[in-house]
Amino acid sequence: MNLWLVLAGNSVAFGGLLFLLSAGFSLIFGLMRIPNLTHGSLSMIGAYFGTSLIAAGCGFWAAAIAAGIGVAILGGLIERLLLRRLPGAELAQVLVTLGLSFMIADLCLMGWGGDPIEIATPPVLRGATLIAGVAFPTYRVAVITVATVIASGLWVLLERTRLGAMIRAGVDDPAMARVVGIRVSRLFTIVFCLGAGLAGFAGVIGGPILSVYPGLDQDMLPLALVVVILGGSGSLVGSFVGSFVVGFLYNFGQAMLPELAYVVLFLPMLIVLVLRPQGLFGRAAP
Amino acid sequence: MRWLALSVSLVLLATVPFWVASDYYVNIASQILLYAVFALGLNVLVGYTGLVSLGHAGLFGIAAYAGAIFINGGADHLIAILGALAATLLAAAVFAVLTLRGTGLGFVMITVALGQIVWGVAYRWISITNGDNGVSIATRPSPFGLSLATAPGFYWATLLVFLAAVVTIAIFVGSPFGASLRGTRDQPRRMNALGYHVWMIRFLAFLFSGLWSGVAGMLFLYYNQFVSPQVVALGASAEALLMVIAGGTGTLLGPIAGAALVVVMKNVASAYISRWNLVLGAIFVTIVIFMPEGLVPGSVRLWRWAVDRLHPRDVEPGRGARQKSGA
Repeated sequence: MNLWLVLAGNSVAFGGLLFLLSAGFSLIFGLMRIPNLTHGSLSMIGAYFGTSLIAAGCGFWAAAIAAGIGVAILGGLIERLLLRRLPGAELAQVLVTLGLSFMIADLCLMGWGGDPIEIATPPVLRGATLIAGVAFPTYRVAVITVATVIASGLWVLLERTRLGAMIRAGVDDPAMARVVGIRVSRLFTIVFCLGAGLAGFAGVIGGPILSVYPGLDQDMLPLALVVVILGGSGSLVGSFVGSFVVGFLYNFGQAMLPELAYVVLFLPMLIVLVLRPQGLFGRAAP
Repeated sequence: MRWLALSVSLVLLATVPFWVASDYYVNIASQILLYAVFALGLNVLVGYTGLVSLGHAGLFGIAAYAGAIFINGGADHLIAILGALAATLLAAAVFAVLTLRGTGLGFVMITVALGQIVWGVAYRWISITNGDNGVSIATRPSPFGLSLATAPGFYWATLLVFLAAVVTIAIFVGSPFGASLRGTRDQPRRMNALGYHVWMIRFLAFLFSGLWSGVAGMLFLYYNQFVSPQVVALGASAEALLMVIAGGTGTLLGPIAGAALVVVMKNVASAYISRWNLVLGAIFVTIVIFMPEGLVPGSVRLWRWAVDRLHPRDVEPGRGARQKSGA
């Protein structure tokens, strides 16, 4: 019984982490129709930035935020310099982002070496917290809290602000949004920076749980992909629910069927694809 | 002229082991041919059907793994090859049913996910696939008493398979069915209105493409006598796609040139620099930005442009006149 609760707690924490990663992926995919295959790499390079900042004496949260900002700038450069040249050319975008992900992976290997780097849990968050009589690692509770706060923040941004209304208009009908005077191309850059920044931030936050290693990008990208396909692209609620579904599937799959963990993870996605191709919370393509 | 070029290149290909200095280069030639088979198979889907797959290494790997498991289970080579190809066709059918739910981006994303599943199974299902350590096989086959154990022997066998692939794929895309394939690529709705079963045409193209990927996978297994999860990783699918795109999609020569480029670059690059992935990524980005149509059509375009510049009189009159009035 206790084991199940701990597993469930870990699943929720992992889901929170996945949400930080996939919310940006989903927005970029939904708004800009860009299949950003560098998303895992952006998260990994963010995590590596974080390790360097922490090694240089920076605090954990400051390092996470700084890494997020750094990756947001990198994302903005990628969007402005490369993806901007390829509007609507999906295949070209797939290839460029894929090529970039290889380059980033190799540069990280050059810069930080091949050994996994641990990110130490901040001292305040070490130890365990008792919730309903069960001890959960405090850090995981903190991750869930941070993810919830950011999810609420994103929700308010998208649903309650002028910028959010413009982004939603851009998602629904970019041509019409342009006609009524919304600068969709500037929105694209903002969304891309935001998504990239969240991915970088998630990389550092995930560090104490996953540690940072070459191949982290290839581990995270499919998870983000599954979340977005499950939840529906461009839908915040979809990525929120999808993240927790994937968090549970991943953790329980690892614990119960370790040999087939990937099948357990991808099977529900395939079922959703067959029954509801636009995802659980996505709208059908016009 | 065309036949002359064709016969000369055939003779050159067939005699590679005689005029090439060492077994090392013969082996590189075998690698080029086996990856060319893979790229040609993928190109049926990418170039002629307009569906970009980033999961084809999964099919390639399924053939290699199935073949290795059959052989290690004591099956005869012929049975192992047939069994592996049957397994690949079955997997391709499942892949096709799932991926053809989407077109464009949806299709790409689903192929990525499927490729990752195959990778996850290869990596994690240790009792069958031996995990990260991979599976080895003891021998190469010796059909009709000819041994494929030597580099030239294997090269000629690969060359035969390669020629079979080129001829079959040329017939396939040149047939009326190939024309309907290009029709579904360019105008799926009109094809549908004309009474063509678009889904079925794509499904069959997927199977055909998967079959040749499986053949290439078997060649790979016999070449290395070893298969590991590395073979089915996303990077492998991306490499195959790079061969197709770099050479030029929707042409026969393109994927072959692309395979040669990637294999040579990989061997040369790994001899001089250890950063193959960086080079691969940079080639990807450069080709997409500067030569989006691929090296073969791109070079043809650049060549025509250069000829136009050097001999302006050869240009058809209408275009030449426009150029002059513009200047």
